[in-house]
Formats: sequence, structure tokens, C-alpha cells
Amino acid sequence: MEKPAAGIRQMLDLWSAARQTIKLSGKPGRISSFLMQMANAVLFIGSTIKETFSRDFEFKEFSRQCFQIGYKTLPLVSITGIIMGLVLTIQSRPVLVKFGAATMLPGMVAASLIREMGPVITALICAGKIGSGMGAELGSMRVTEQIDAMEVSSANPMRFLVVTRVLAATLMIPLLILYADALGMLGSWAGANIKGDVTLVLFFSQAFAHVRFIDFLPAVIKSFFFGGVIGFVGCYKGYTAGRGTESVGIAANSAVVLSSLLVIIVDLIVVQITDLFVS
Amino acid sequence: MNTAQPEIRNTASIGTTSDKPVIEIISLKKSFGVQEVLKDVSLQLFDGENLVVLGRSGSGKSVLIKCIIRLLDPDGGTITVLGEEVSRLNSAGLGELRKKIGFLFQSGALYDSMTVRQNLEFPLRRMRKNLTQKEMDGKVREVLDHVGLSDTVDKMPSQLSGGMRKRISLARTIIVDPKILLYDEPTTGLDPATSDEISSLINDVQKKYKTSSLIITHDIQCARSTANRVIMLRDGKVYLEGTVEQFERSTDSLIKSFFK
Repeated sequence: MEKPAAGIRQMLDLWSAARQTIKLSGKPGRISSFLMQMANAVLFIGSTIKETFSRDFEFKEFSRQCFQIGYKTLPLVSITGIIMGLVLTIQSRPVLVKFGAATMLPGMVAASLIREMGPVITALICAGKIGSGMGAELGSMRVTEQIDAMEVSSANPMRFLVVTRVLAATLMIPLLILYADALGMLGSWAGANIKGDVTLVLFFSQAFAHVRFIDFLPAVIKSFFFGGVIGFVGCYKGYTAGRGTESVGIAANSAVVLSSLLVIIVDLIVVQITDLFVS
Repeated sequence: MNTAQPEIRNTASIGTTSDKPVIEIISLKKSFGVQEVLKDVSLQLFDGENLVVLGRSGSGKSVLIKCIIRLLDPDGGTITVLGEEVSRLNSAGLGELRKKIGFLFQSGALYDSMTVRQNLEFPLRRMRKNLTQKEMDGKVREVLDHVGLSDTVDKMPSQLSGGMRKRISLARTIIVDPKILLYDEPTTGLDPATSDEISSLINDVQKKYKTSSLIITHDIQCARSTANRVIMLRDGKVYLEGTVEQFERSTDSLIKSFFK
């Protein structure tokens, strides 16, 4: 582990020197400012990965974050999941009935929820709640010097604040997505029963008859990426917030916007990649 | 603009217990972009003394104190703390040095998501890893007694007043028995009575824990009560150095504007 750590340190030193040069040469232009932000983000990800594998993992804080991200987001995800399944069923049923394919409804809803709608909509909801929470919390900790106080207390703020949050988001968001999928199916069954009569067992057996393991795999893989993206962006925006109170709002807002955008982009990339292997 | 030259010099170790500097800063420089905040600052903090650094807002006082503990990296000059040149330390060395330095932040910087007990245990768990829970409880009780807030141990920072937060923050600073204490505007935002309490607490801490303290402030009452020696910063340089009495007698208009 010594060599990669030294490499990252050298990169950090080089980047500090480059930043200093840019600072001394006056106000950076738009392109150099964008490149600086990109480089800072890459270094931030590098430092987070490095700290993830270092000793003294903050397990207690990690557990607390899992609770905050997982348990405290359950109500929001529950409502979203149920409504997602319900609306999808209510909207699709008339079309399927028209083509005489009403029995395909459970399978179609299951495939839509598991492959695309469940992961993406739940991730977007989590980007709003978790991403903004992280951005605002770490931003206010930066403004009120709490991150500096951690540093002078010989604690590593990257390890304590960032690693724990990113890992907790990466672990909990896939679980929340699976939970939302399950509730979405329940919502869909409820929707199917508004104008029809189908038992829960029949509905689920029809649904899973059309879903294969390979439908789950890309969805599960991308949900880990969604979790990582939301954790990284929320922490990065908060951790690098400016000094004024205005920066807290900016950090929270930009965390939501950027993580939502990245969720969509990651979705596109992961779907393209997994399609190569699945098809 | 006052162009008068400093009139008091060579007052090192006045009222201190030792001639040995625990902090020595030589020609410190720090800029942010094109703005030079510290141009050429040199000073010494001696063992057992309270050194107050005065200056107007924006004169670089907080930057100076943050460079000492390397929360900011200086652009030039050297800072030697307890015989170690700060800029040459690697992260492990810096961590070891920081164990000997306490830093009281201007805002108190208590961790909002933790109780007072967890705030106090936070540095202990990282700096004194061999302590048992019982020993930690004892240390928490001791420092809370010292700042007179034993009954707040299970409260959240949001339930405390500004003065109480500062006291708890001071308790968190002294709980690891530092050799040097750095105070960043310890009385800012407090009423005069609470400011006086904090000032006497600073003196009590120095007597009880035998610390050396660097106090950044623009509160003259705090400077009067705590300082063995005073340094005034102006335009990123040391403008004047002396005792409180010497500052009080000064005819310099900038000094008089502070000490009227």
C-alpha cells in the first residue's frame, strides 16, 4: 500500500504547486477554473479511496451514517416506491387491455421497476435527500471550523467524515432501491386491483415469470454506482465549501443538481456497458 | 494613515517564566491570490507566557495562528514549534506535534452532532488511545469541573449559550493536556461579563496546566487581563511589541485607538 499512497501524495504536491502558480498568475479563466475543479474532484476521490483502505476505520461513525442514510430515508422511499408501482400500473393497464395483453401487466411492471424506474427514481430521491444533507452538513461544518477542529484533534476528517458517508451511501442506496422495487410491486398489485381482481400470489408469480436473474444484475450494479456518486458528490461539495454561510446553501444545492445529473449519466453508461454483456 | 514607527522593542520574555521559546516564527509570509496577508512576521512565544497578538480585523491574526498549526501552509519563512520546524513535518509528525498544541476556535467549533461528552472524548480517543473508559470519564469530569459546567455533560451544543459553548470548547482543548494553547479571538461575540469569565479562565488554565498561550484578540479588556506581553500586527507585519503597560503609555495614534 505504500507505493500508491506515495504516488497520491506526489500528485497532491504537484497539484498544490500548480494551483499556487495559477493563483499567483491572477484570476483563472473559465477553462482553467473548470479544469482545476475537475482535478480537485479527482484528487478528492483519490484521497477518499486511499483513506478507505487505511487503518483505524471509523466503524462507529460508519454505522451511524448507515442508520442516517438507510433508516431515516425509509419513509420517503416507501411512499415513492408505492406510488411508482401504482402509477405505472394505472397508466399501462388501458393500453395493455386494448391489445389484449392484460396478463402481461405484472411482468411488464416488474421489468420496468427492477431494470430502470426503481433504481433511477429512488436514486434521484436519494440525491435530493441524502446528497443535499451531506452537502449542507459538511458545508456548515467547514464554515463553523468543525472540520479544522477535527484536524487539530489528530483526527483525519477525510476518514471520519467522507469515507464513512461515501461507504454508507454506497451500501445503503442499493438496499433502498431493492426495498423501493418491492414496494413498487405491492403498489402495482394495488393498482391492478382497482379495476380488476388478482391475488397477491398470482400477481407476483406472473411478475417473476417474466423476470430473469440477468434483469437484476445490471440494476444492482448500477445502484452501487448511484450510491457512490451521491456520496462522493455530497461530501465533495460540502467538504470544499467556501467560508461564508452562503456557501452552505450553494454546497447543498449543487450537490443535488450534480448528483442527479451524474445519476442519469451513470445510468446511461452502465446500461450501455451491461447491454454488451447481457445481449 | 499612521506612519509612526514602532517605539517599543526587545521586550522578549517580559513577565515570562523562561527564556526558551516554544514557538519561534521568522519572516512568515502568506498570501491569498494577489492579497498579501502576512508580509514579514517574526515573533517568539516563551515557555509559560501569555502572548497576546492584537490587530485590526483583516490584519492577519487568524492566518498567523492557523499557519502555526498548519491549517494553512505559509508561502515563506519558518515556524518552529517545540523545536520542530512545522513545514518539514510529515503527516505523522504533524499529528504528534498537534497532540501538544490546543486550539480554541473563534466559533468554538463544537461538533453539532455530538453531545458535550462525545465532544470531549473525541480528541481523547484519538490522542490518548491507551486510556480506559473509566479514565476518560474521569478526565471529562475534571475538565468540566474546571470550566464550571459539570451539569452539561449530556447536552447537545445547540442547547448551550455562546459563553457555555466557548467554555466547553476550552475544556475540549485542555483535556489532552497540551503544552501550548492557541486562542483565536476567545471573547468575540460574548457579553462583557462572559468575556471576563473567559479571560480569567485563560489565566486559570495557564496556572493549572502550566501552558504557554498565544492569544489572538482585538478585545483590549481580554488583553489587559491575560497578557504577559503584547504584539500588534499591522499591514501584515509586527508593528509594536511590549507589555500592556508600555502599550497603555504609548503616544502612537493606532495604539491609542485600541487602548483608549
